[in-house]
Amino acid sequence: MSTGTTKLDVVVSDVVPVNELVTRFHFRRRDGELLPTFSGGAHVVVEMRDGDRTRLNPYSLMGSPLDTREYTISVRRDDVGRGGSLFMHRSVKAGLEMVISYPVNLFSLDLRAKKHLMLAGGIGITPFMAQTAQLAGEGGNFELHYTCRTASLGTYADLLRERYDRRIRLYHDDLDERIELDRLLSTQPLGTHLYVCGPAGMINWVRDRAASLGWPPEAVHFEHFAAPQPGLPFDVTLAVSGKTIRVGEQQSLLEAIEAAGVDPPYLCRGGVCGQCETNVISYDGKFIHNDHWLSEEDHRSGWKIMPCVSRFEGKSLVLER
Amino acid sequence: MGITFRKETFRDDFTFRNSPEHIRRFPFPFHEDAYMYAVNIEPHVIGPKGSVLENLIDVDEHYVAEMQDRALVLAEDPLRCQSLPHMTLAGWDLLELLMEQQALGYPEHFTLERDGDRWRWINRPLGIDDTFTFGDTSTLPYGPMEYITRQSQGDFCILDQRDGNLWMDAGMVTTQADWSLDFDIGMNFFEWHAPVPLAHEKGIFVRALKFLTNIQQGKPARRLNWTMTVNPRLDTSPENYHKWGPDRTTVTPENVGDKVHLRVELQSFWRLPRSNGIVFPIRCYLIKMDELVTQPKWARRLHRVIRDLPEELATYKGLTRYRPTLVEWLSKLDDGSATSSGFGPD
Repeated sequence: MSTGTTKLDVVVSDVVPVNELVTRFHFRRRDGELLPTFSGGAHVVVEMRDGDRTRLNPYSLMGSPLDTREYTISVRRDDVGRGGSLFMHRSVKAGLEMVISYPVNLFSLDLRAKKHLMLAGGIGITPFMAQTAQLAGEGGNFELHYTCRTASLGTYADLLRERYDRRIRLYHDDLDERIELDRLLSTQPLGTHLYVCGPAGMINWVRDRAASLGWPPEAVHFEHFAAPQPGLPFDVTLAVSGKTIRVGEQQSLLEAIEAAGVDPPYLCRGGVCGQCETNVISYDGKFIHNDHWLSEEDHRSGWKIMPCVSRFEGKSLVLER
Repeated sequence: MGITFRKETFRDDFTFRNSPEHIRRFPFPFHEDAYMYAVNIEPHVIGPKGSVLENLIDVDEHYVAEMQDRALVLAEDPLRCQSLPHMTLAGWDLLELLMEQQALGYPEHFTLERDGDRWRWINRPLGIDDTFTFGDTSTLPYGPMEYITRQSQGDFCILDQRDGNLWMDAGMVTTQADWSLDFDIGMNFFEWHAPVPLAHEKGIFVRALKFLTNIQQGKPARRLNWTMTVNPRLDTSPENYHKWGPDRTTVTPENVGDKVHLRVELQSFWRLPRSNGIVFPIRCYLIKMDELVTQPKWARRLHRVIRDLPEELATYKGLTRYRPTLVEWLSKLDDGSATSSGFGPD
């Protein structure tokens, strides 16, 4: 049972700086055909060939799902990350041929909702760009609350205001503007669904408050942007393929496994979808679990790890791969 | 060269037959001389010419007659087709999928012309030529799902994906093996599978759900399922049990070959792009024993499978009453020699 995604051969058709941190990339198919239709909230995995190293990073599609001539993503430069965003900013120019995955949606709209209440923080705005376009096309009822550091870092805030006017509320950290979350969450009509995308702290805050205020968990949707974190190098034995590998400081465990020629299934590469879940055969040391897939019990047990985002520190680790 | 569509019935005088070419392309579901549940899912990719997999959506010689039978079922019982309010977008997804696939596989019978959201659909076997606006339900005579599934063989369930589960929130179900859309509508994956014996204990549904919720766009999957039906009746629904249930008492050693049919479902699973739902086409193929045993390998193998089937499965599939008669009849065609591996005839 193969569960990967189909690949698309694309060319970078445009690179547009949006502000001092964010750049937008446009992709078209190399064969000139239309790209696959997608649904708001979907992401693609972009393959980055950086010398002898391949990075695979997920980015939300932010164009309108009604327009499949091109896909657009927005990448925030992370100067202390593992280098994927820096590669995009420095090395990806119009005309470059790249490979991306088919769209995958792990942050789907609940189409039963009477109203969609969206909360975005920073670059977490991107999936909402597509979702608002989709809902606006169908006459859907939505309201978006968007927190950014400063007006100049409010990526697409002007565009959203222009498109949707009062359905967009902006909050600027430097002006000390804050979402009145409790009031907002306690005054929604029945049948409202809540969507949140942004930094982990924001997601946890919103989920906590929603739970305290009696929101059913089925009506609260969130997307973590869990990029793999760098960390100390460590060695791993892959028992099934009989290989021993070293995971570099800037490399994820999944990337190191792939570099050794072993291909576990994956979709999100962000600790959410569960595809790359891997059994631990033995270990001597401590896990650094960063995923949102395994239960706390799984994390404590030492039997499983999500190699896309989690790491290990210690003497030895043997995986069933 | 186009398909010659048969004039035949799936009720009353039961004139349904398979042509010799269609017997050879029948999707025989047993790759070995025994049967037990497994998560037998594989990628739904194009198969050999002359098989039911030569196109991803198969149209065959029974197309016109099946669509006429569907119209009769719907006229008597409109609840065979239901779509909850949030599933309209998924209905458009399905309309696009079926029009594209049928036009691609059978250009002599179906044509799809698109100019932005202005679409023209020509279905020659059914004499349809409609122009409509994609996404605007008021431009079609039915909702998008009903419109296209009145023109597509097989049942269709559209599953909404949310909360890590799949929900039976829309469907067109008129050729089913004893289950009811009207009963299952709105249920989740575990709820609608609750009556299936043995498979829950084996953890099959947990694994199957995990697989299905990860089905990706452009990568459909498929599996085969089977049961048996007395008389070539497409509509063996619980609603009409009083019509077909008693048929099971009519099997005699003299009429087994004509009355008893192997019923195979080619089930496929597709991610729908706009709605992020899953569509689950369940395509039913029927073959009577007299037709099936023209392939000696299939005759020997079916004998062994039915003879050795666990009692719970025989009961669930409704074979109990006529299994001894069937096994006795098939045993005469089984000389005990080995069968080659794989599904196809020798």
